[in-house]
Amino acid sequence: MTHVLALIDLSPSGEISNTAPGLLAAAAALGTPVAVTVTAPGVGSILGGQLGALGAEIVFAAESEQLGSVLIAPQIEALAAAVAAYPSSAILVSNTSDGRDIAGRLAVRLNAGLVIDAVAVRQADDSSILATHSVFGGAYIVESTVTGGLAVVTVRPGSIDDRATPVTATVATATISVDAARFAAIDSIADTAVESSRPELRDASIIVSGGRGLGSKENFVLVEQLADALGAAVGASRAAVDAGYIAQTAQVGQTGITVSPNLYIALGISGAIQHRAGMQTAKTIVAINKDADAPIFDVADFGIVGDVFKVVPQLIDAINARAK
Amino acid sequence: MKIVVLMKQVPDTWGERTLDVTTGLSERAATDAVIDEIGERALEVALTHRDAVKGTEVVVVSMGPASVTAALRKGLSMGADSAIHVLDDGLVGADAWLTSKVLAAVVARSGADVVVAGNESTDGRGGVVPAMIAEHLGLPHLSFLNDVTLTPGEVSGSRSTDTGTLQAHAALPAVISITEGLPEARFPNFKGIMTAKKKPLEVLSLADLGLAAASTVAGNGRSVVVSTVQRPARTAGTKTIDEGNAGVELAEFLVAGRLI
Repeated sequence: MTHVLALIDLSPSGEISNTAPGLLAAAAALGTPVAVTVTAPGVGSILGGQLGALGAEIVFAAESEQLGSVLIAPQIEALAAAVAAYPSSAILVSNTSDGRDIAGRLAVRLNAGLVIDAVAVRQADDSSILATHSVFGGAYIVESTVTGGLAVVTVRPGSIDDRATPVTATVATATISVDAARFAAIDSIADTAVESSRPELRDASIIVSGGRGLGSKENFVLVEQLADALGAAVGASRAAVDAGYIAQTAQVGQTGITVSPNLYIALGISGAIQHRAGMQTAKTIVAINKDADAPIFDVADFGIVGDVFKVVPQLIDAINARAK
Repeated sequence: MKIVVLMKQVPDTWGERTLDVTTGLSERAATDAVIDEIGERALEVALTHRDAVKGTEVVVVSMGPASVTAALRKGLSMGADSAIHVLDDGLVGADAWLTSKVLAAVVARSGADVVVAGNESTDGRGGVVPAMIAEHLGLPHLSFLNDVTLTPGEVSGSRSTDTGTLQAHAALPAVISITEGLPEARFPNFKGIMTAKKKPLEVLSLADLGLAAASTVAGNGRSVVVSTVQRPARTAGTKTIDEGNAGVELAEFLVAGRLI
């Protein structure tokens, strides 16, 4: 069976990201999974056990002194070295900003076909790779493939729920150096991730979002209160972000994050196409809005025409009462 | 300094966008075609620099069908000095590899010091073309920038990472892409609209760029669409008017559906 490489996202302190299990499961479905890691010298092999448990048959542990000083180049060089050592049919990378930069430059360098933002991958009967995409906010399901060579595929984080069978990985280490002149240089990295008890928006199973109907930044707290009662992530419409109620990182929609949770609760969101494009693949949609004609009701499984400031506190009380 | 701004004409996100399920291509006639907003913000980055630094030249570049002329004219009316339109039937259905190859050829021909693009388009949402252009040209790139500082020999800025932010710089020439963190674009004024008609708009074919559609991808992997299926439209469920008890009813709905 052919090898399939998966670039493992690591935090600045070297922890394996939660994107790794899905990527390795996707790789295992297409061939022999090879986890590729890039670390500082001397620590590459310590992740072998954990990555084997996630399904990696082989760990290609690249070590580079330039990690942290040259932007994305060590990862590109590591994947190029790994594909030379383990001839592969596909290289899987997370569809993050770094991942897309790495995949794009690597595809040009290797003359490979680039498949962007896959939500699922499978092998066709003729052993070619088929990737599924969710296009225009999930309005279309598109399948694509690569003809004539190696495929570099970016995989949407959180989209693959399958897990590979744990194995004992073989670890191979390699030392990587890059031509720094062809890449941007990193001046500083600020780890500003707020220690939040709330789940990440991108892969939360429940999301509570607020819109302009909340009326003010102070009132937006209502959205957070309901989110905390449900253990949910907090989202927002573009209107709420533009009005300054919440940071842009919470924006759900065409120009924000696309989400697909089990439950999406829209508070005071009218449901412009821009917003619906980012959430309409949610399994269940609940909307509360005082305007009975708001387009959000066209996609809501349960809609309430009413005042969020009356309905939501009552809902929170009911949830808390049930929890006791 | 010469700044090339990449702009893309996309279906308006405020309309219902559609794909042709037989070809997999975007149905351009179905919605209003507009300059992608992020491309306008990219142009604003260039125009802001030109306002501050005399001798800056701004060129807007786009690839696409004949309708793209309107987008480029808008860019000129906002203040760009000239425009280049890559127009060729051989580019219909071009993947990111071919698109980046063609745009890289335009950049090389223009002698740009900086290429500015949006981080990702609202239609394809790929976000890979700027990095790929840089690789074709062997240049550094800085993508997904939330702020940009441009000096005669260097570009720098910050980008969001999964765990925080990262500050980086690159020597010029370089390719950058920007996010919605950068300011909204200015509106074209009357003078701009009038002078735009006299500004140069060059139309280039693949042959003009020394490229042949087939040969540029020969021997390469190419990404192609296999099938396109429209997901059934969501239908509205129950809609109730709150008569004082809707919060409790909603809690019951969520419990009944095992959602909480």
